[in-house]
Amino acid sequence: MHCVVFTRATPDTAAKVEVGANGAVTWGDAALVVNPWDEYALEEAIVQTQNGGKTTVIALGGEMHLDALKHSLAMGINDAMRIDDPALDPTDSLAYARTAAAAVKKLGDVTLVLFGKESVDVGTDQHIYGTARKLGWAMLSAVSKIIALDEVAGTIQVERLLEQGKEVVTAKLPAVVSVTKEINEPRYPSFIGIRKASKAVIPVLSLADLGISAAASPTRIDAYRNLPVRDSQVEMINGTPEEQAAILVDRLLGEKVL
Amino acid sequence: MSEVLVWIETFHGAALPTSWEALGAGKALADKLGVPLTALVLGENASTVAKVAGEQGAASALICDDATLKVYRLEAYAALLTKVVQERKPRAVLAVATTRGRELLAASAADTDSGMLADISSFEAQSDGGITAVRPVYAGKILSDAAVNAGGTQFLTLRGRAFRPNAANAAGSLAITQIAPALSEDQIGTKIESFQEAASTVNLGDAAIIVSGGRGMDKNPKEAPAGSANAAVWKAQDGFANTLQPLADVLGGAVGASRAAVDAGYIPYAHQVGQTGKTVSPDLYIACGISGAIQHQAGMRTSKVIVAINSDKDAPIFKMARYGLVGDLYKIVPAVTAELKKRLGK
Repeated sequence: MHCVVFTRATPDTAAKVEVGANGAVTWGDAALVVNPWDEYALEEAIVQTQNGGKTTVIALGGEMHLDALKHSLAMGINDAMRIDDPALDPTDSLAYARTAAAAVKKLGDVTLVLFGKESVDVGTDQHIYGTARKLGWAMLSAVSKIIALDEVAGTIQVERLLEQGKEVVTAKLPAVVSVTKEINEPRYPSFIGIRKASKAVIPVLSLADLGISAAASPTRIDAYRNLPVRDSQVEMINGTPEEQAAILVDRLLGEKVL
Repeated sequence: MSEVLVWIETFHGAALPTSWEALGAGKALADKLGVPLTALVLGENASTVAKVAGEQGAASALICDDATLKVYRLEAYAALLTKVVQERKPRAVLAVATTRGRELLAASAADTDSGMLADISSFEAQSDGGITAVRPVYAGKILSDAAVNAGGTQFLTLRGRAFRPNAANAAGSLAITQIAPALSEDQIGTKIESFQEAASTVNLGDAAIIVSGGRGMDKNPKEAPAGSANAAVWKAQDGFANTLQPLADVLGGAVGASRAAVDAGYIPYAHQVGQTGKTVSPDLYIACGISGAIQHQAGMRTSKVIVAINSDKDAPIFKMARYGLVGDLYKIVPAVTAELKKRLGK
């Protein structure tokens, strides 16, 4: 079975993210890491192919994603590829979906495409569903467990974690699956894995290599802004716990939030 | 036909309360554009839900309660939404940014090569036909001004609790149109085998009041029973269940947690507020034993009123709080719960 994972680099979630004077988003000297959600997808790809099969990790975009690909290889993913093209804006979900679907089709023998739940930085997941639709494959989101995957029968059974509870659903393969935190415990890259990955030369493909051309984007980002300063003049409430409680409840009744 | 179409998400044949927020936002957009507002209601009980949509401001409703749509399945719902969009060419399609709303609109936007802005907290129709919107990004650490260009159908998913429903008007008249499903059962590859409803649903996104606990929850003065594998974990779990939950109960709120508390195994992940958890904006957020790491702040900073209870007077959480109480949460929280019971007459 050939399993593909899409990943990207994001600033560490502990980073203080701000918009600089020039309008660019900055995160100080915080490191770029593998999108934390993708680690679960990478782990699941390795688990699902441990009895035979192949794994490929793909990132769309510039060299900032290189370390995320190397981290994936160090975890144990077999192959990596980056798709970069001056005409490709991977932040546009529709462009992402078209490109990702073309890459999967080019690989040809893919049974399962895995994504992390969303990109933790821009909070976007629509590129995942778009990729499934452009492929014409089943889409299973919020998957907390792959219960069974039967390549011969061409079916996959998963548990999904929805707002109201757990759903067990069977779908046809090939499929696109996005996974949640509950699915596994991602491994740390081994020392040997890191050494091997550091030497890996990761091929870069253009849109022409995938046989597609860029289309006009229906969306755009005009600007990034810092949040308005929170007008929080804190009022410290002192006294015994009972006194503190009485004053706090007075204040909350006054705020009309109860 | 130029119209604003709003998908009313249902579960077990009842509309999600936040769906009415989407309909309210849709009404404001439709009024501004001078086009009618149409509700799309699929699945069990569709006609009953559609009637409520009429009272909430929809001029018409498209409904389909075919057996293939009884329970939500992306494949079946997306095929039908795409068909509706292709046939009616609505100006905009709106839904709440839930797990289902996000994937359904994104699937249909991809099918029709349309632009979509997801999880937005406000939006405005521009004179050039485009729609501009504000999206909190980096888990709310910064904002992005995004736009979907004019021409084609514009898809928007709306953050819960960011938009207001319409005032209900029972006299609203509603034209209901039955539509046919796009796929027959044998064309749908997805089968739902079972559904296990969560015993206690944690719906932080909808909660008006959230009481959250952090690492400090392990300072519970109660003794862990002999033989507990980890005394700190037992103490914290007991604190969430028997100290924070009663406060949340008296307030009609939900219990949240910091990543530190979740990672330490004090409470399940579904309760996590912050960048790798839920981003929330309740009317009242009470942070107990939470220091206020930047990734937690990002998830709750748009709360209307923040109360911080912490034993460390220098904890960063006090910098963003409206009210700060320095002290032992295990003494203060029960006192607040008791005071509220007295004052709210419960």
